[in-house]
Amino acid sequence: MTDIHIDIKQKTYAGKGSAKAHLAIENFQLSLESNQFVCLVGSSGCGKTTLLNSIAGLDTDFVGEILLGQQQLKPKIGYVFQNPRLLPWRTVRENIELALENIPQATETVDYLLQMMQLDTVQTVYPERLSLGMSRRVAIIRAFAINPDVLLMDEPFVSLDPPTARQVRNLLLQLWQQRPHTVLFVTHDLREAIALADKLVFLSPPPMQILSQIPVPIARDRRDDESVIEAFRQQLITDYPAINGLL
Amino acid sequence: MLFSKWSTQLLALLSMVLFVGLWQGLAVYLHNNTLPPPLRVAEVFWQEILTGQLPHHLGVTLRRLLISFSISMLLGAGIGIVLGRHEKLNAFFDNWLVIFLNVPALVTIILCYVWFGLEESAAILAVVINKLPNVIVTFREGARALNQELLEMARCYRFGKRKTFLHVIWPQLHPFVMSATRSGLALVWKIILVVELLGRSDGMGYQLQLFFQLFDVASILAYTIAFVAVIQLIEWLLLKPLDRNAQRWRR
Repeated sequence: MTDIHIDIKQKTYAGKGSAKAHLAIENFQLSLESNQFVCLVGSSGCGKTTLLNSIAGLDTDFVGEILLGQQQLKPKIGYVFQNPRLLPWRTVRENIELALENIPQATETVDYLLQMMQLDTVQTVYPERLSLGMSRRVAIIRAFAINPDVLLMDEPFVSLDPPTARQVRNLLLQLWQQRPHTVLFVTHDLREAIALADKLVFLSPPPMQILSQIPVPIARDRRDDESVIEAFRQQLITDYPAINGLL
Repeated sequence: MLFSKWSTQLLALLSMVLFVGLWQGLAVYLHNNTLPPPLRVAEVFWQEILTGQLPHHLGVTLRRLLISFSISMLLGAGIGIVLGRHEKLNAFFDNWLVIFLNVPALVTIILCYVWFGLEESAAILAVVINKLPNVIVTFREGARALNQELLEMARCYRFGKRKTFLHVIWPQLHPFVMSATRSGLALVWKIILVVELLGRSDGMGYQLQLFFQLFDVASILAYTIAFVAVIQLIEWLLLKPLDRNAQRWRR
């Protein structure tokens, strides 16, 4: 059970040299229920990556606090970064296995994921020989394979061709339903967000604040239908004209 | 492909023949003891091997080289990485580094002998002090250039210290290790000769001093050739394969 409570009063980037300090996030409160799938939607450069880094514990330089779960145990975090961030000197499989605590126990999972992502033939290849789309899929497998309690995804499907993106999206949903965990998914594709999320969170340009939080009431089994997604999107844009400027 | 490989080897051979030919020509033209012809040097070389003199002194020097080189690499790598990762420590010790980088090798050698006596350990120490600052600077640059994104990834996926070092940090430092090794070997063996010349009773440096007093240029050249050959062998048999192995992931 990993619910997330974010309360960032202020996050600034100190200006280097003559540059002014930049206020990235201000008065940002967001709560995610355990195992909820939340999509963050906002224009690029609005501070979404900063937020994910703070949740992942990579950036602790802010005023406020972030609580992950109630257990003493630190939750396992899978993070799909905006760049794949693979180690170029390790093969595809080694890159995935390095993130695992217990490799033999996860062999089957890794095999399965590699097959699902159509990467089983390039397991022993070094990342420099992969296309960007393939590298992204490896990074996604790495995040899935550790069985995370919290999954952070920073525009993970950019530069995947539409059929592959759809396939990976379905795989993500399938895995999430098999083994529920809390997901924070950053995107600026509203259709993608509607297809995936329990809740949409719209973000303002910097200093980043929450514009609105909107639950997606569409049943999971009806989301394959493009027209349902499109209808909801149209309705959103009419109901909340402010979000139109973000997309 | 095969042709071009052959032709490069042929070119290398030709250039060596030309070099020896020029040497021979000059020796014949000058016709005095200060430049013996190649054949005479080869004779001396062979003689010195047969008497066991050359292998003995070469061995002594190589042992000193190995010890002082290993100490300065290990120590320098450690200090360099720490300085590269900690801004404040680096700012504090930077001046020290500049001082040690600029002290002439001869001064450290003399001081080591004066302070610690004409001992083997003083000789090794003198070499280490000369080499260490270079290694530190190289590794410091390497540690500064580490990819932050990959380090963050390792932190997020809880690689731990060991895994992070082996799989994230070390491969990035590898080019710097190779450069410190190459420049280090070249530097260390030149300094060792001076150290031996000034305060040891064996090794290449000591022998060269003897030959100098006897004006025995043929022996000096014979010893030089032996040393150059050994260093070249290290390059071919050790460094080149290491390089190839570490670069295998590159496209």
